[in-house]
Amino acid sequence: MSQFTKNYVLPTRRNALKLLSGGGLALAASSTMPGVTRFAQAQSSEPIRIGFQIHRTGIGAAYGRWYDRTTQAAVKRMNDAGGINGRMVEIIAEDDGTDPKRGAEVVEKFATQQQCDVAFGTLFSHVVIGSAPRAGELKIPYFVVSEGHHVASGILNRYTLQPGITDVKSQVEAMAPFVSTNLGKKVAMIYPDFAFGHDHRDYFTAALAKNGGEVIAQIAIPPTETSFTKYFPKIPQQTEVLYHVMVGPAVLTFVKELGEFFGSNHPEIFGFIDSLEAVDIQSPGLEFLEGTYFWEGNPRYVQNNQTSHDKMYRTAVGVDESGASVSDSRDISTYAHMFGCWETLNIIKAGMEMSDYQGPQHRSRLIEAVEDMTDIPLSDDHPQGAKIFNGKTHQVFGHQYISKVENGRMVLAHTTSIEDTFYPDETDYTTQPF
Amino acid sequence: MTVREGLLHFVLLGILVLLFFVVSDYHDGNWARIMVLAVYAVGYNLLFGYTGLLSLGHALFFATGMYGLALPIQHLGFAPVPAFLSALVCAAVVSSAVGFLALRTSGVAFMIVTLMFAQAGFLLSLYAGRYTRGDEGFVIPQSARIIAGIDFSDPTIRYFAAFFVFAAAYLLIAWLIRTPFGKCLVAIRENEDRARMLGYDVHFHKLVAVILSGTVSGAAGAAYAFLFGYAGATFASVQYSILPLLWVLLGGAGTTIGPLIGTAFAFYLIDFSSDLTTAHLLVVGLAIVLLTLFAPLGLAGEVRKRIVGWLP
Amino acid sequence: MDFGPHLFLAILEGAVTAAVISLTAVGLSLVFGIMRVVNVAHGEFFMLGAVVAWWIATSIGIHPALGFTAALIIAPIAVGAIAALSDRLVLSRLEYDPERTIVATIGLLYVFQQATLMTFGPDARPVEPPFNHRLAIPWIEISESGLNLTWPWGLATTSYKLFVIGAACIIVAALWVFLQRTRFGLIMRATQLDREMATAFGIPVRRVYSVVFALGAALAALGAVLIVPVQQAHYLMGGDPLLLSFIAVIIGGLGSLPGTILAGVIIGMSDGIISVFFSPTLAKILATLLVALVLIFRPQGLLGRAP
Repeated sequence: MSQFTKNYVLPTRRNALKLLSGGGLALAASSTMPGVTRFAQAQSSEPIRIGFQIHRTGIGAAYGRWYDRTTQAAVKRMNDAGGINGRMVEIIAEDDGTDPKRGAEVVEKFATQQQCDVAFGTLFSHVVIGSAPRAGELKIPYFVVSEGHHVASGILNRYTLQPGITDVKSQVEAMAPFVSTNLGKKVAMIYPDFAFGHDHRDYFTAALAKNGGEVIAQIAIPPTETSFTKYFPKIPQQTEVLYHVMVGPAVLTFVKELGEFFGSNHPEIFGFIDSLEAVDIQSPGLEFLEGTYFWEGNPRYVQNNQTSHDKMYRTAVGVDESGASVSDSRDISTYAHMFGCWETLNIIKAGMEMSDYQGPQHRSRLIEAVEDMTDIPLSDDHPQGAKIFNGKTHQVFGHQYISKVENGRMVLAHTTSIEDTFYPDETDYTTQPF
Repeated sequence: MTVREGLLHFVLLGILVLLFFVVSDYHDGNWARIMVLAVYAVGYNLLFGYTGLLSLGHALFFATGMYGLALPIQHLGFAPVPAFLSALVCAAVVSSAVGFLALRTSGVAFMIVTLMFAQAGFLLSLYAGRYTRGDEGFVIPQSARIIAGIDFSDPTIRYFAAFFVFAAAYLLIAWLIRTPFGKCLVAIRENEDRARMLGYDVHFHKLVAVILSGTVSGAAGAAYAFLFGYAGATFASVQYSILPLLWVLLGGAGTTIGPLIGTAFAFYLIDFSSDLTTAHLLVVGLAIVLLTLFAPLGLAGEVRKRIVGWLP
Repeated sequence: MDFGPHLFLAILEGAVTAAVISLTAVGLSLVFGIMRVVNVAHGEFFMLGAVVAWWIATSIGIHPALGFTAALIIAPIAVGAIAALSDRLVLSRLEYDPERTIVATIGLLYVFQQATLMTFGPDARPVEPPFNHRLAIPWIEISESGLNLTWPWGLATTSYKLFVIGAACIIVAALWVFLQRTRFGLIMRATQLDREMATAFGIPVRRVYSVVFALGAALAALGAVLIVPVQQAHYLMGGDPLLLSFIAVIIGGLGSLPGTILAGVIIGMSDGIISVFFSPTLAKILATLLVALVLIFRPQGLLGRAP
């Protein structure tokens, strides 16, 4: 991957930039000098530079590594097919430390130092929310793969888009009909006591009530907690369905202790795969999950009706039919999320081709082109499934998958329609000026 | 304050002004951030470097300033100037309370008490997620970051706003340590019992030092939120209590220029090393270890020891 | 769940936490008490212990018990060796200066974390416990018909968790005997009381410090090996044990080993018990403030001598 991440030595002094542009060599300096951008209209052979904010260290590192692999695979495929508008694509990757301060600094670096065309990344919501204001101020398109509701809620800006992965609000609301119809009406929820968990709490509770069910307990677990059994007695005994979602390095402990708490006599269990992302479902202590259900962004195990697109994608990113790395069966992918990187990069490509993107002077054209997108069909570019993009809220909507654990594998049990995931618009970014 | 010290302060601040016109946009942005964070380090240095009290809970003050500005803007529609005043008041109140309680202890117990208060503050910012959005935090919209028609998200304005906040904090502390009050703080650092025997009210001096230090740290948090448009619980976490300690020790505890040097050094250490390698923490870690081995007093501290003995 | 069984379960869980905190904190207490060094990297020794245990357990892999036993012996030795090396290369050259060692151990923390990230990876990896049975616990209820034996829903623990509690007690007891009854224990205590006097009596203080630092790290690693079948190895797992054991050392009273253990037990238990009465995050806030209050009203710690 080093060939993608190498850095160009750019002139760091402002006077050097002035000299360059003054001499008519407007290539590198064109982004900072709006007056001379016209010179750069001619077809450039420079690579398109995509700044990739990555969780290489910090709490998100397990996700970051797979986001990296998926991104490299997507770019390789793109470049093998001739790149974007005849130009190669180059990924400029930089660690954000899963920290909102460093995340913002990295976006600044992409925009002002690395001369990136667009910025792209990252998963954790606080990094996205910390970085997005800077992206908006520096007017660099910022494509996030975060599944947070931040983009669609309207708190960000016109330069921030989430076209490759659905948001938590639509995911959660689409689960309520399935849970109340198939599993039970009385639900106890366990979720992490921070914003991501609160989104689950608020949206699911409301959606379940609409579907004739009732949330009878909401148990928020403090972040950084490493032992969970002491909280489980708060689950009411009349609970019919236990709804769990947990993130962070302690997820396996959480699920194991859940099993030890209930023994063989547990209610129906419905979880978000985040609780076991990057963890082997056949780990010792997880046997009790047999017969329970999971939301999956993209089914980890190869299904009977596997599409040719998933087959191609799985091979390209190096994942076997159980969702593990082909080179190390103990290295489980973050399959339910990482497709977002692949699909987002293909949206960037499509947007750049539609807007005839030539350089940073066309950034607003690129955003308009993406905003104009609506139907995104299932294809090699979009192996997770068909999607509908909402240009006003900058958020994509798509199918959600519910899998049942059978014989230690997750088998697809239900696929929601895209319409199941819709909710009324909360903002209209297209009214904001560039 | 001697003439040469005044000259030093003048030259340092002059360099920071000139820097804006010399370096690229990228480094302008970095220096704006470094100066804001250096305010935090300056505040920390007053307590740690000059008074000799090692706090592990300054993230509480930084975050109090941050939320003290951001929450009134977000939920009560405050204008920026009243919001900034609110941040200062909140930081002063919180640091008074912490100082009042924590100063009953000293040494390692003081470290733990401040750490615990900060940890409680961090958890509180998560617990009050309905208002703070917890770890995810919230954006302070650009429209709320305008004072008298001046847009503080503009790079030039931001740079000089950061500069003025830094200059104010820097000169405040540089002046303070030359006053009898400041000299008493140093006396307490060197030998608390002797200071007490000389008739100084040690507890009062320490309390004022905590309040001033906490308020300056809070100003840094407020400035960060206002200039970079984001407030979140990450800034209240333990890590952000340890950072100013690290910056001050790297730059030189008990020197006026140390906090700025340490903050800038730590920033560029991470920035450059992540250009070089994906294993940048290894480089950062080794650099820190080597620096403690070969520059035990911090960068400015070594300069004072070896070259310019009069460095304030 | 009824109040009684709930409280009982919380106490059981608290005891497991307390066992691990005590072990880790005793290690830190030795380092802090004898060397007067705030070792910020202590949690990383804990983490390294867990990671090494994972390595050993997965590379032996015949039977979980065999791998675990090997890890229990090898991991503390390996981590102790790393610690001794850090002491020789870094801490001893800093003359154990309190402030510089803080910075240096922050540096070491980064180095250990990144080295682990590069080799072990970012995932949380499980170690299989040598044995693990779910034990449902009976409860006695007083009703109109007299005493009734019931099996409350959810009231259970595992045999392995009970083993952790037992093992921690044995290790702490063994350490106590070592410090009180052996020649080396005497040397360590002498060094703690008065470093200069110890030097004058011909005690090789430098070497004692290296051994103490290694022993402290090995105890942290031992705590980690015990808990890793419950909690998985992860490169960032050191933060929590560092904070908790650091707190235990100060609350217990600087340099007092029984104090450290007492504080470890109180912190572990209160974490569990307070969670019965309040919502989880609120419980954490209250437990945290409780620690601060103890120190405010007893700055020398529970069993520390007043200055």
